[in-house]
Amino acid sequence: MSPADIALPGEGPVPDTETRLARRPRIAQADDPALLRKLEKTWETKPGLYGWLATVDHKEIGKRYIVTAFVMLAVGGLEAALMRLQLAGPNRHLLTPEQYNELFSTHGMTMIFLYALPVLSGFSNYFFPLWLGARDMAFPRMNALSYWIYLLAAAFLYAGPLTGAGPNDGWFNYVPYAERAYNPGINQDIYSLGLVFLGISTSVGAANFLVTAAKCRAPGMSINRLPIMVWGTVTANAANLVVVPAVSLAFFLLWLDRNFGTSFFDVAGGGQPLLWQHLFWLFGHPWVYAIVLPAMGMVSDGLPTFSRTPLAAYTLVALSTVATMLIGFGVWVHHMFATGLPGLGLAFFSGASIIITIPSAVAVFAWLATIWLGRPVYTTAFLFFASMILLFVIGGVSGFMTASVPVDWQLTDTYFIVAHIHYVLIGINVFPVCGATYMWFPKITGRLMDERLGRWNFWIMFIGFNIAFLPMHLLGLFGMPRRVYTYGAGMGFSTLNLIVTLGSYLFAIGVALFFWNVFKSWRHGEKAGPDPWQGPTLEWAIPSPPPPYNFAVIPTVASRHPLWEDDLGEDEHRSSIEEGMALDQGKEALAVSILDAEPERILKMPEDTLAPFSLAVAAAVLFVGLLLHLWWLAGLGAVGTVLALAAWNWPRRKLLEREPAPHEGIGHG
Amino acid sequence: MSRIPLGYLDSAGARAAATLPLTWFLLLVSIAVCLAITYLLWRALRGPAGTIGADGKAPAVRRGEGAARPILVGVAISSVILLIALGWTMVALAQVAPMPRRPEIEIDVTAHQWWWQADYGASEPDQTFSTANEIHVPVGAKVLLRLHGADVIHSFWVPKLTGKTDMIPGQVNLTWLQADKPGVYRGQCQEYCGLQHAHMAFEVVAEPPAQYAAWRRAQLQTAPPPATPAQAEGLALVEYRCAVCHTVRGTTAGSNVGPDLTHVMSRRMLAAGTLPNNRAMLAGWIEDPQGVKPGTLMPAQQLSGPQLQALLAYLETLK
Amino acid sequence: MAERIVSRPDSLQIGPVRGRGIGWNGMVMLIASEAALFGYLLFSYYFLAVSNPAGWVIESRPSLTLALPNTLLLLASSVAAWWGDDGVRKDRPGQALGGLGLAFVMGLAFAVVQVFEWKAKTFGPDASSYASLYFLTTGFHMAHVVVGLVILASLWLWVGRGFFSPLRSLPVSNGVVYWHFVDAVWLAVFATYYLTPYLGLGR
Repeated sequence: MSPADIALPGEGPVPDTETRLARRPRIAQADDPALLRKLEKTWETKPGLYGWLATVDHKEIGKRYIVTAFVMLAVGGLEAALMRLQLAGPNRHLLTPEQYNELFSTHGMTMIFLYALPVLSGFSNYFFPLWLGARDMAFPRMNALSYWIYLLAAAFLYAGPLTGAGPNDGWFNYVPYAERAYNPGINQDIYSLGLVFLGISTSVGAANFLVTAAKCRAPGMSINRLPIMVWGTVTANAANLVVVPAVSLAFFLLWLDRNFGTSFFDVAGGGQPLLWQHLFWLFGHPWVYAIVLPAMGMVSDGLPTFSRTPLAAYTLVALSTVATMLIGFGVWVHHMFATGLPGLGLAFFSGASIIITIPSAVAVFAWLATIWLGRPVYTTAFLFFASMILLFVIGGVSGFMTASVPVDWQLTDTYFIVAHIHYVLIGINVFPVCGATYMWFPKITGRLMDERLGRWNFWIMFIGFNIAFLPMHLLGLFGMPRRVYTYGAGMGFSTLNLIVTLGSYLFAIGVALFFWNVFKSWRHGEKAGPDPWQGPTLEWAIPSPPPPYNFAVIPTVASRHPLWEDDLGEDEHRSSIEEGMALDQGKEALAVSILDAEPERILKMPEDTLAPFSLAVAAAVLFVGLLLHLWWLAGLGAVGTVLALAAWNWPRRKLLEREPAPHEGIGHG
Repeated sequence: MSRIPLGYLDSAGARAAATLPLTWFLLLVSIAVCLAITYLLWRALRGPAGTIGADGKAPAVRRGEGAARPILVGVAISSVILLIALGWTMVALAQVAPMPRRPEIEIDVTAHQWWWQADYGASEPDQTFSTANEIHVPVGAKVLLRLHGADVIHSFWVPKLTGKTDMIPGQVNLTWLQADKPGVYRGQCQEYCGLQHAHMAFEVVAEPPAQYAAWRRAQLQTAPPPATPAQAEGLALVEYRCAVCHTVRGTTAGSNVGPDLTHVMSRRMLAAGTLPNNRAMLAGWIEDPQGVKPGTLMPAQQLSGPQLQALLAYLETLK
Repeated sequence: MAERIVSRPDSLQIGPVRGRGIGWNGMVMLIASEAALFGYLLFSYYFLAVSNPAGWVIESRPSLTLALPNTLLLLASSVAAWWGDDGVRKDRPGQALGGLGLAFVMGLAFAVVQVFEWKAKTFGPDASSYASLYFLTTGFHMAHVVVGLVILASLWLWVGRGFFSPLRSLPVSNGVVYWHFVDAVWLAVFATYYLTPYLGLGR
């Protein structure tokens, strides 16, 4: 029979041959109690330790990502607080140079690799299927795998600082200082292997986001109806997919140089220190966009909700997201303006780095127009989103200054850059993430965060942040080098540094209030109901917290704002959340066509399984073996990895990866 | 401004000066953009606000009209500013990037963990000399610097005279500077290079040509013979101990691991811009280098009191 | 009154059918990422080649005696794998097992010859940056060949046990596509290390 032939719904766990290739999905009502009971039973995670380790529910994984990333944020913040004490005045001796160097390197590693992207992955993990009207991510097991590897890689990386062998060459870890000749400890081996390990998590996650956004959406959610956060996450992860291998390779080469006498970066053997910088920044610059574009998406989706009006210039904003990343592939050399490159190259990369500001300008004006045209509801989330516009512009113009080569030759590697990177990472990542937490916490927990505490939280963070980081621009213009553990009294840095330290502690109090609010509201917050903000997108149509299957029936989407259609009254069609395909013959989800989201296929989703956890643990064992040169242990890890992969990939009847019984033609023909 | 040794919002040399107007332009444009956006945000926020009622109802959603034009105007204005910045950048780059074709002086500067070696070349070998952490140049002369990295990557930077150029092992980068007024200009390593990156500074001393010539003649001299028994004992210590790493021309001390000490007392600073140079500081540095600059490759000398006094007596003759 | 629209498809395929299914999209992602990795390896080669003085390439005319036939062998194994996949799709078990089996044997032969090729080199991985990069790139490729061989062997086993039918055969198409990738990427590696020196690059 041809797969296009129509077959009617079958009954029973193993469909008979007539219906196992295709069927007409049953249409059901979302409040059908029998359906809800059946779905609950099919999708729920088993209780106990097994369920905890084996779950593939994207919401559970998303929560873990967010919580782990917030723990990392707190740890990285404490590291910064210690450094600011050391720098509060000239010639202070609180920390030794080695301690300081490990602290600033660990701080960078923590914030950039273990907080900034994972927290966005967490939100996207939790909300991708909810925004898209899907039941889960495209590859739930890979989703679990990327979390477990993230967790284990974080532990692996932190084994260094906890044993006094933290990274000590900054987050971008230039060679030759990272080579064994100048850096004999195990510090750099841990850092190198740890980041290779973490890279697996990022790549796996990236593939999952891309395929989920492409295939796992509600019918009708064509690409011109995607929330901007989806655009941001997709763009960021498309970049991650192709640039993470660059940095993994760089760190692997470094590890080989350090342990096996190869000469990739060693001048004496024909290697090149600049090869490191190219490989690192080929990754590093797109990565910077990867950790801000989804956060910009949070603002693009958050502001309209609280401004009570759709995002102005949606299409332009979506296109500018993509344009930023495309140009972002061509600007990596602006981190290397002082390395003695030829003039023509400098001019090209300087030009690209200035031009990349234009798509950002589109976003800024679209946000302003959205607030302008709307009637903003002043919630804490709104304050975080709106203030981000300002911080974004400050971080943007300082970046624009460094794009100009002759000016960059003065600015680079001073505190001006420190100010810039913090306006980017805190202004464009932490502030939107805090806003997103206030906005979506009720969806995740069913409870609202405390708004009154939220005001204190926001204003202390906002004021503290600017007191801490605005003066750093001036310190940079005064010539204070970054990465110095102390400075002289006669340099003109002392007063500003004291202000910076005071501001940073005020900022820390603000962040502590944020954590306190999360902690307190998780248990005792006011009950939220499904839709406390009357938001536009699908996640607000389902209960808080959402049931394990997300949507009882597959929604059909008729516009960009499925929940605002009645208010806006723009189209003759309305989205349907109440009625749709039931897809209840086991763990099922829907796949659609990439551009127009036409229904294409019923997906059989995997059950909870220990395979991802086992694979992650086996891989961790492999990396520990490599680190310690315990080849038997590495071998054990490798065997475990192969076994876990075999168990994972063995074709399963339930997932319809193989025939229910040995196929006649092939088996016995 | 001049009280801020590393500040670059003022300049003392042609190359830094050529960049300065562009720096100010970008800085002022940036501040103006921030103020403009703050104003627009404030205006937007002053519009009618909505509230979530006691029933939990937020205001109805409406689509505002007419956003496209202001957005496009904003983007167009931004683009014009960016294009101006881009054009000016290219002009400034063409001014400062090319190396001088006929430099009056050429110096090889080598960065070590954590000090600077400066080699003044000449066509006759006996006219060359090496010094450390202090680069003298005549006012008004175009100086070409060939930059070398001895171990890890460092970066050469004298904010009042020239922007940064990295010093990378295995490649020779060029930079140039020209001091327009006499003075002492501080330089600083600007690429993180390990434990004592913070204490890796140097000074460029710009002086009138006659004075520069005199300095140069003095640097070419070898060390004077000891004149007192104490100095003689000091010389013996130098040749026995310091010679492991240092050179004092005119003695048997001839190692190139550390700075050339032949004229150490003519320099203004010790330990790569860390301490002012005088007898007391020198004594402290020799006795406890790890206390002054933890991690420095200079080991503590464990000298007895009389030995230290003898050593200082000799070193003080190295002017 | 606005009309609510509900998507009511008449018929939807269930699970992967033929070569199509969500696993196919996953395989595309894997290959994109792996291709990027080899891209960076080759970028490293060209970067070091142009930034080093002449003579960086240790063997200015690398011997093609083993490498060229071996390359052809690997390409032929791709054809065999395709033929095996075709057998699954056309429900011809003999062709399926024969094609996949042949691809496996040819791949294995390639790997063995490559080991001899390594042994024939007069330098080790620590001789210079060229040597390090040569062994690393070919070594990475070898790791992919080994993974590909495991996949081919699994497919052979599964096909033999009658797991697949023409319509339920996505794992076969995915595995064979991966093998095509392993072969295609070797062409880039081979051209870089064995052919460009004849054009004068880095010599």
